[in-house]
Amino acid sequence: MSQVSRFINIGERTNVTGSAKFKKLIMAGDYAGALDVARQQVENGAQIIDVNMDEGLLDSVAAMTRFLNLIASEPDISRVPVMIDSSKFEVIEAGLKCVQGRSVVNSISLKEGEAPFLEQARIVRRHGAAVVVMAFDEGGQAETAQHKFEICKRSFDLLTTRAGFDPWDIIFDPNIFAVATGIEAHNDYAVAFFDATRMIKAAMPDVHVSGGLSNVSFSFRGNDAVREAMHSAFLYHAIPLGMDMGIVNAGQITVYDDIPAELRERVEDVLLNRRPDATDRLLAVADTYRGAGEAQKKADPKWREAPVEERLRHALVHGITDFIVDDTEECRLKSARPLDVIEGPLMDGMNVVGDLFGEGKMFLPQVVKSARVMKTAVGHLIPFMEEEKARSGDRSAKGKIVMATVKGDVHDIGKNIVGVVLQCNNYDVVDLGVMVPAEEILNRAREEKADVVGLSGLITPSLDRMVEVASEMTRQGFTLPLLIGGATTSKKHTALRIAPEYDHGVVHVDDASKAVGVVSSLLSPARSVAYLSDNRDAQEKLRSGRDAGERPTVPLADARANAFDGGFDTYLPPAPQTPGLTVIDDMAVADLVPYIDWSPFFWTWEMRGNFPEILDHPQMGPAARELHENALRMLDRIIAETWYTPRGVVGLWPANRDGDDVVIWEDEERRAETTRFPMLRQQGSKSKDRPNLSLVDFVAPTGIPDWIGGFAVNAGAEIHAIAERFKAAGNDYDAILAQALGDRLAEAFAEALHARVRRSLWGYAAGETLSNADLIAERYRGIRPAAGYPASPDHTEKRRLFNLLQAETHAGLQLTESCAMWPASAVSGLYFAHPEASYFGIGRIGADQVADYSHRKGMDMAEVERWLAPNLAYDPRRNPQPQAAE
Amino acid sequence: MTAATDFEAEAAKRILVLDGAMGTMIQTHKPDESTYRGARFADHPRDVAGNNELLSLTQPEMIRDIHGAFLAAGADILSTNTFGANRISQADYGMEDLSYEMNVASVRVAREAIEKMGGGRRIWVAGGIGPTNQTASISPDVNDPGHRGVTFDQLADAYGEAARGLIDGGCDMLLVETIFDTLNAKAALYAIAALRDDGVAVPPVMISGTITDRSGRTLTGQTPEAFWVSVCHAKPFSVGLNCALGAAEMRAHIRTLSGIADTRISAYPNAGLPNEMGGYDETPEQTARHLGEWADAGLVNIVGGCCGTTPDHIAAIARAVEGKAPRKVPAQVRHLRLSGLEMFEMAGADNTEGAVA
Repeated sequence: MSQVSRFINIGERTNVTGSAKFKKLIMAGDYAGALDVARQQVENGAQIIDVNMDEGLLDSVAAMTRFLNLIASEPDISRVPVMIDSSKFEVIEAGLKCVQGRSVVNSISLKEGEAPFLEQARIVRRHGAAVVVMAFDEGGQAETAQHKFEICKRSFDLLTTRAGFDPWDIIFDPNIFAVATGIEAHNDYAVAFFDATRMIKAAMPDVHVSGGLSNVSFSFRGNDAVREAMHSAFLYHAIPLGMDMGIVNAGQITVYDDIPAELRERVEDVLLNRRPDATDRLLAVADTYRGAGEAQKKADPKWREAPVEERLRHALVHGITDFIVDDTEECRLKSARPLDVIEGPLMDGMNVVGDLFGEGKMFLPQVVKSARVMKTAVGHLIPFMEEEKARSGDRSAKGKIVMATVKGDVHDIGKNIVGVVLQCNNYDVVDLGVMVPAEEILNRAREEKADVVGLSGLITPSLDRMVEVASEMTRQGFTLPLLIGGATTSKKHTALRIAPEYDHGVVHVDDASKAVGVVSSLLSPARSVAYLSDNRDAQEKLRSGRDAGERPTVPLADARANAFDGGFDTYLPPAPQTPGLTVIDDMAVADLVPYIDWSPFFWTWEMRGNFPEILDHPQMGPAARELHENALRMLDRIIAETWYTPRGVVGLWPANRDGDDVVIWEDEERRAETTRFPMLRQQGSKSKDRPNLSLVDFVAPTGIPDWIGGFAVNAGAEIHAIAERFKAAGNDYDAILAQALGDRLAEAFAEALHARVRRSLWGYAAGETLSNADLIAERYRGIRPAAGYPASPDHTEKRRLFNLLQAETHAGLQLTESCAMWPASAVSGLYFAHPEASYFGIGRIGADQVADYSHRKGMDMAEVERWLAPNLAYDPRRNPQPQAAE
Repeated sequence: MTAATDFEAEAAKRILVLDGAMGTMIQTHKPDESTYRGARFADHPRDVAGNNELLSLTQPEMIRDIHGAFLAAGADILSTNTFGANRISQADYGMEDLSYEMNVASVRVAREAIEKMGGGRRIWVAGGIGPTNQTASISPDVNDPGHRGVTFDQLADAYGEAARGLIDGGCDMLLVETIFDTLNAKAALYAIAALRDDGVAVPPVMISGTITDRSGRTLTGQTPEAFWVSVCHAKPFSVGLNCALGAAEMRAHIRTLSGIADTRISAYPNAGLPNEMGGYDETPEQTARHLGEWADAGLVNIVGGCCGTTPDHIAAIARAVEGKAPRKVPAQVRHLRLSGLEMFEMAGADNTEGAVA
């Protein structure tokens, strides 16, 4: 993204000479706090940040270097350019050596003559920076307009003819001095600046003019109303003359039109030096405006008056980071040990958060914000605790959890949420990311001296990876409890398959809100034994009641005989308008927004309810609205700054049914097969009028021309990296938001594309007009079932589909070894156009169908059983099946 | 005509073709430790296998033949075998003090290949300056983001020495390439500017950055626009992208650069994205089809190949752009541009709309 601006406001809060707070942080070596100041400035809209470390007691070169190096690893700060500000050139040069971007140097001047000026200019030029030049020469700072202009013109000529500068890379600062000081000679200072600006712009139209605004009102320190009026009026007059940059404290200006008429007139009399008694007349009224400034209007909210413990609690519950470091520090100073701050007021606050969350009075997005506050507070305390740790060997966190999404799986929103919730309850979380092999998980668990290992997965094959981790933990002699979570996992699977592999506690966690309770029970010496034994009993009960798996099925032959009748004697399948592959690269995120189904977005955040009703829900409403607003704001940025580039591909092919296979033909001659999709069929016993469905039933038998389609869409290859960048910056909230929106956009893309297929590419519903609600309710003809979902539960069929679609080339999508799509914000599936095609679940299938399917598919039966484990109506370990059932 | 001006004149007429992947071609010769050592370094105390730049000294005929194969394929510009020929990268092999010599020798080997081919066609030699194996903007210590493994001054010294070797060897231009950390590149450009200020006749500079993944940013987080703004002060002969991405993934970023950079555009993508084995599968025809289309769209002035591209790729690319008009270099941008990770642009006297875009 880029910005074009007319007037640039340079933030000056990272300036030790301009901000007492920043100076205090730097002098105390609190660089994290100093970074927060920078971050806030950028968040509040600073387009450039001025960094100044000119303080006598400071090693300014070292401080400049360290701060700029730290900024480099904070993407939410370093996205804007830096103004490297010092009166010492060695500090400027040290700064230039730290920034990859194109900076502004502030400043150089002719103060010491031409030779040093040119030498410094050439060095700046070699580093590629723009430069601020002060109206300062061997004789001192210029006070009159003519003198200011002359110095600037002389500097300009030297820079452009002898130092290789382009005019537009030069910024003049013709000195803003205080007026209304009582000294008559000062009365014309503002006018001198105005006139000089006009002359500079007339003679050198490409250069820029800047100035430090706060000087002008120096005489009125303590009277914010008058100062703000002076600043605003100054800009009001200077900008039209050509002042296009300034160091302006945004909190110290007001709206020009809001200045009371009397005050404005007297301020302008002073600035424009319109009458000899201007200063006296302004002084005469100044006191009547005192106390009417912007800062006073925004008087500290009441909660700031409460005792510090109360303030910490308030900040945590309300997710306010503004004062947290100061409050934490205040609390630390009155506590015996820094750990007391965590175990006392901070944990008390987080317990309130946890309770409110548990009671459903706070919601996940708010909890994630609280976590950010907690992280900041703990981050402030860590150096103190480490210092103390060196003496006492104490541990700060309540326990350490190593967690990962298992090998072959790429889904991590849920895991990230659990991680945040645990962290904000002061557990130490080591998140190994996605696609992590068992070996690495266990090695890290050992290295990190973890107290708990957590595994996550969304797709079926991940269940096997979890079993592997459990058995590997047994083999390697681990004794830590193992947590299992993720959409595909269940209490039952955990009890039946994972827990038997490992004796030291395997606990299934349904959702993030339960994670803290489970972990605290597991790690409590008092409760853990009882908790684990209860858990074991519950799992034993599930195992013994497990005839559940042995579901009655009808024989495959009977199920086939009860197939759905597609009525192909009367129904004529429609031929596609655009057969073959169509690459979709013209769907921008903005086009997808209307197709977003928001309800699942809220479910991701564990807010159960339907959109838009959830926005007005009596309890969840406010949090839901805030989350929705934040999501819309991020969507605006995603669109405006093209964060995500959606890509997709559609294929429409001649096809026919052959048994329970869908045959894809090479061409309309329908002689040579490209491939065939083996389909599964429901095998439950059905009441008379209800068929045993299979997707193949929606396709005409050989002899009647029919077609099916396939698609794969990718909401944006960039999503993962963007989320990682937020995460690296400690912003888990935006990381989860970026991913959750990515997932929604992928679904929206699939929906939008399906509409295009129906209306034009296939074209069997050219006249279709449906509202978004109708689309979400699927009130249209045709379905788009995905491999791995109930109607076709075999994930490996994605491989066949991806080959046909050349999905990697056309949509930038790959499959992991477990057939998860990567990047993860993606959807793929088949299209069926039959008017009665509908979604259904295959349910449990018998060994006879599995044997038949493995034969048709050409895959080893044991492997099919692994991939279809959740759908088996039998236990393959208890009743080993013969390899082929023929 | 001097190299600088005839290069400029030719670039105005047609799209110039850069050669392909030196490393990929060296691997086809399967050099082993003794190949790398040659006679001269038989007793060098450290393993040197993998030090490709050393081959310019120990196996010059191998490097010359690789250049020859790219010349036969139709390359207009040879880039020298000097990707890691700098003091910082060579420290891995204990060969810091050979950096200058490697650069001089590598230019000579390229020149020999041109002479050996003989006849007619004007070929230019670009002295390649790689990124080094250190990064100036990222801490190697996860616990201290303010720490740096290398300083700007160390980088500038190493780059200055390498550039000096390339210039003394007689290269026609310098190619600062595979830039994943713009601060490293700025140290190189700083060193080159210092040579110029010291009176060295510095040839035109080409700059080529690397968008490391599909996030569309450099390793150090800059957008293509911010990257260009950060190096534009060097007034380079060209700016572009190479490595990391295949042509399919690179196109959008080349289009971005093409839209904002007031200089020539170069592009030399990999032969697709690496497969599971780290190899490259894109065929010459596939790569060439992309680059040919970029030429049709008026996006490029100089094209070639990076990792995985062979003489066959270069031949196909040369055919694909033959006779197509080079991108027209836009008028000079006359307003202030700054950058952090993103570009910041200030309305200038030439830009009257001045709205926040």
